[in-house]
Order: sequence, then C-alpha cells, then structure tokens
Amino acid sequence: MRSCPQSFINQRDKIPRMTTDVFEITLLSLKVSLLATGISLFIGLPLGTWLALSQLRGRRFILSLINTGMALPPVVVGLFVAMTLWRSGPLGNLHLIYTPIAIIIAQTIIAAPVVTGLTASALQQLDPRLRLQLLGLGASSTQMVVSLWREARLPLLAALMAGFGSVISEVGASMMVGGNIRHQTRVLTTAIVLETGKGEFQNAITLSILLLILAYVVNLGLTLIQQRGTR
Amino acid sequence: MADTMLSVKDLLVKRSDQTVLQVDSLDIHQGEVLAVIGPNGAGKSTLLLVLARLLLPLSGEIYFRGSPIEQENELTYRRRIALVLQEPLLMHQSVFDNVAAGLKFRGLPRQEIKSRTKEWLERLEISHLHNRSAHRLSGGEAQRTSLARAFALQPELLLLDEPFSALDAPTRSRLLQDLHALLSQTSITTIFITHDLDEALLLGDRVAVLLGGVLRQVGRPQDVFTAPSDGEVAAFVGVETVIAGKVAVSQNGQVIVEADGLSLEAVGDIPLGRHVLFCLRPEDITLSISDGTSVTSARNRLRGHIIRMTPSGPLVRVVIDCGLPVVALITRGSANEMKLVEDQAVTATFKATAVHLIPR
Repeated sequence: MRSCPQSFINQRDKIPRMTTDVFEITLLSLKVSLLATGISLFIGLPLGTWLALSQLRGRRFILSLINTGMALPPVVVGLFVAMTLWRSGPLGNLHLIYTPIAIIIAQTIIAAPVVTGLTASALQQLDPRLRLQLLGLGASSTQMVVSLWREARLPLLAALMAGFGSVISEVGASMMVGGNIRHQTRVLTTAIVLETGKGEFQNAITLSILLLILAYVVNLGLTLIQQRGTR
Repeated sequence: MADTMLSVKDLLVKRSDQTVLQVDSLDIHQGEVLAVIGPNGAGKSTLLLVLARLLLPLSGEIYFRGSPIEQENELTYRRRIALVLQEPLLMHQSVFDNVAAGLKFRGLPRQEIKSRTKEWLERLEISHLHNRSAHRLSGGEAQRTSLARAFALQPELLLLDEPFSALDAPTRSRLLQDLHALLSQTSITTIFITHDLDEALLLGDRVAVLLGGVLRQVGRPQDVFTAPSDGEVAAFVGVETVIAGKVAVSQNGQVIVEADGLSLEAVGDIPLGRHVLFCLRPEDITLSISDGTSVTSARNRLRGHIIRMTPSGPLVRVVIDCGLPVVALITRGSANEMKLVEDQAVTATFKATAVHLIPR
C-alpha cells in the first residue's frame, strides 16, 4: 500500500484535496451500500416471505443454507466475485472488475442472505392463524402478504438495518473487487485501511468518524420509520 | 323447510392417513344459527376451515346456494363469508382500522367503509375505543372488535370458531347475550362452533354434535339434549347416567327396563326384549334421605349410598351407588340442609318422563 501513488501527496494541498476526496468517498460508500441493500431487499423480501409461508419439503434445507449465508465472510465473497469478474473469468468480458458495480454485486451477495433470513424469521414469528384470519376476512394472497409485512414491520426494518450494517462496514470484498482506486472505487472502509497503512492515523480517524455518522444517519432514518405508530 | 344455504355431502378430511373429519350429510338453512358442539380435537375447527375454503378436503362436495363451491372463484367465495377465530388476531392498528380491514380488502369506496365501520363499532358498543391501538384492548374488547370486523362485511355466511372460549365468565356472558341479539336482528346464517353446551343452547337454532371427527347427530337443541342418538352423544351433552338394560315390559307407551337386577320405568314405544341405553340427566334426579316411601309422581325410586360429592359452582354433583352408579346434581343449599356426607344412605327419585331411551 505504501507504494501506491496516492500516498505521495503534496503537503501543501493536503487539506483541500482531502476534503474533496472525502466527500467523493463518502458519497460513493453511501451510494454503493444503499444500492446493494436495496437490491437485497428486492430479492430478500419476496424470497424470505416465500420461505416463511410455503409448505414445500425443501424449505428447511433452503433456510439452513440462507442462515449459513448470513455468516458469509466478505473476503470469501470478494474472492468468488473477483474470480468471476476477472478478465479471464466467466463474466470477464463484462469488464466489471474494479468498478463500483463489482462492489455492489459483492455487497448484494453479502446482504441478501441477511435480509432473506431475517425476513423469514420475522414472518415466522407471527401467529400462523393470522394468515387464516386475513384470508377469512376476504384478503387476496397479495393483500394477505402485505398485511403480514405491515404486522412484522419492526423486525422487517431491523432486517434491512442488519443488511445495510453488514455492507457499509465490510472492507474485504470492496477491496478485492473494487481495488480501492481513487476517484473510482474508493469507499470509506478501503480508504481507512489505506490511511492506516500509511500511518496517517488522523485521516483514518476522520474517515472512521464519518463512517460511523453515515451508519448512524441511515439507521436513524430507518428507526424513525420503524418506530412510527408504535407507542 | 327453509332454503338451504350450504350443503355438505360425503366430506372426508384426512391428516397423515388418519380421518380427522367425516360428514356424510349436513345442510345449513338460510338465516339459521347452527351450533356445532364437540370436545377438543373433535374436528370442529377443521370443519369450519373446510367450509371457509381454507382447507382442502380429501373428498366430498360442498354446495353454496345450490352450486359447488369449487365452481366459484376462491376469492369471490371467501368474500361472501366471514370468519371469526377463537383468538381475536387483531392487527397492530387502531380499532377502527381493524374493523375496516375486510372492507378495505374488498376495495369499497372510502365513504362506505367509514360509515359501515362506524355503524358496527356502535352496534358492538366499542365506538369510544375507535382510536385505541388494538393491542391495548382487554380480552372482551378485542373479541368485540373481531366480531365487528366480521359483521361489518355483511356476510352471507358467518363462521364463528369458539369466539368466547378465552374470555372470563362475566365478559363471556355479556358478549353471548349481545351476539344473540345481533344474530336475531341481522338473520345472518351462522355456524357457531363451541364446546360449551350453554352457548350452543342459547345461540343454536339447531345443534350438530361432532365426536371423534364424525358428525353424530343434528337436530333442535331440545332433541339433541334430551334425546341423544347414542351413548357417546348422551355422555357429551351431559346425560351422566347411562345404564345398559333390556326392555322387560312394554305396554301403552310405558316401558320397564331391567338393568342389573333393577326395574326402571320409562316412557317410550320400544318392543319387548330390546336392548336399550337408559339415559338420565343429573338435574332430573331428586335426592332424599328418607327411604322415599312418601307419595310422589316420580315412578322410579333407587336406594343407595353416596360414593362421592364434588362441588361445582353453586351446585354439588353427587354420585350414588344404587347397584349401578347414578349421578345427581343438587344445589349446595339442599346438600347442606340434608347434611349429605359420603357413605350416607339416600334415595334417588326420578320421573319416568325424565328418562330417554336409546335402542341399541
């Protein structure tokens, strides 16, 4: 890392350049992680709901796989996504390696099992007779599922927060598939690793505080939505 | 005979190869309240879920207003009925929103949802709670909300699955009276499931007895309770003394049954030599400590001694050994006045007309 060209910074411009960089890095972190969480929600909410409500035989086995997926180490995900997107890899012709899209793909793979697993467990915690009651009041299948989501909105938003938490804080996959390229794929976590490696602890601390604030702001927003209407 | 709203034929439901419900034939008439009674695990709730089309039977047919329900779109059918379960199962919303839920599912205009919800909040006397969050209601208030939610749908068929079983006695008794009044006012065809005989007697125009998953008897409450079709139904509907015997004399509608060396008189037209079950409700038996020689209209006098006395609310259930066990129900006051104790000799008397005979 020390040999990276980025570390040769002109002492005089250090402060202003750091400020624009920091803004760019923070924005990219937010964009990438929110998008990955959003896609995970798009996949995880229906899949988790299906796993919670269906009576198929393989359901428990799939749930066990999903639950294992919740503990996927980001470096392992990074490794597989890197191998897949590598120029000589199966999807190499898409030229996605070392792009923000590669990070989004890796982070989605990390967050989707979290959202799916927690969605399934949120819905399984509801009284199973509630489904019968809703149908017995004339709900269509869609109306029934939407009503169940509304009933489980607290744990469902917690699932979303956990999904976001798992990707905004990960560094391994972002580093491996993004490459920590300045102005392109550098996010807060990879920048912190870089600054720490250079011994620039002050910068690393500043970035860390920013990361914490970012996590706080997003979770505050989700918490406010979650707690709305609860007294 | 009134119009048949729902007709069930040869219904069979199995769960892992075991029959949980078997109903050969059952008709529910327009505007009637059918009380389905049976102990826990008798298949009552299963029947209700099948009728609500929430559980698929293995075989059998269900006709709704003359046409098989499978012909109709499942959702359309479910929107013609309403289901109330044992637990109120309210959603984490206000009472108003809960009562409006089914109306919203049906996509009714907002104004109509509002007026119908308000009407049923008033009729179930919970208007003052309309803004309260449903999980801050008492048990009775929650069940009222659940009933309002179903009534607001103005269903053609109302299915109630033991809606009062989780409530305390005073709350339950008030709600029962209110439900009775609402059902008479609205004339909604209703199937009411309960294991409580008093609820069935109060609400049911007819009573259906379900035992071990099999429909055993359907009839007017007085018929089912006084003339059960077999020994098990008799035991379930509270006929506690069931004696197996044989008709020794049968003359002019009067019958003498011999059982374990006793001669018992009853009213009925059963041929000589026929084996019968001799059924008696405990409240029809009078106890006295004298030898029972005083003149009464009661035709049967059995001398015996008390085996067991069990208090049950304001009453005492007394089991007497008269050569065979006879169960009587008397008030606590009578038991105290007569100073009844276990092992004491007593005379049990009952009228021949109180006896129900089941030929075997």
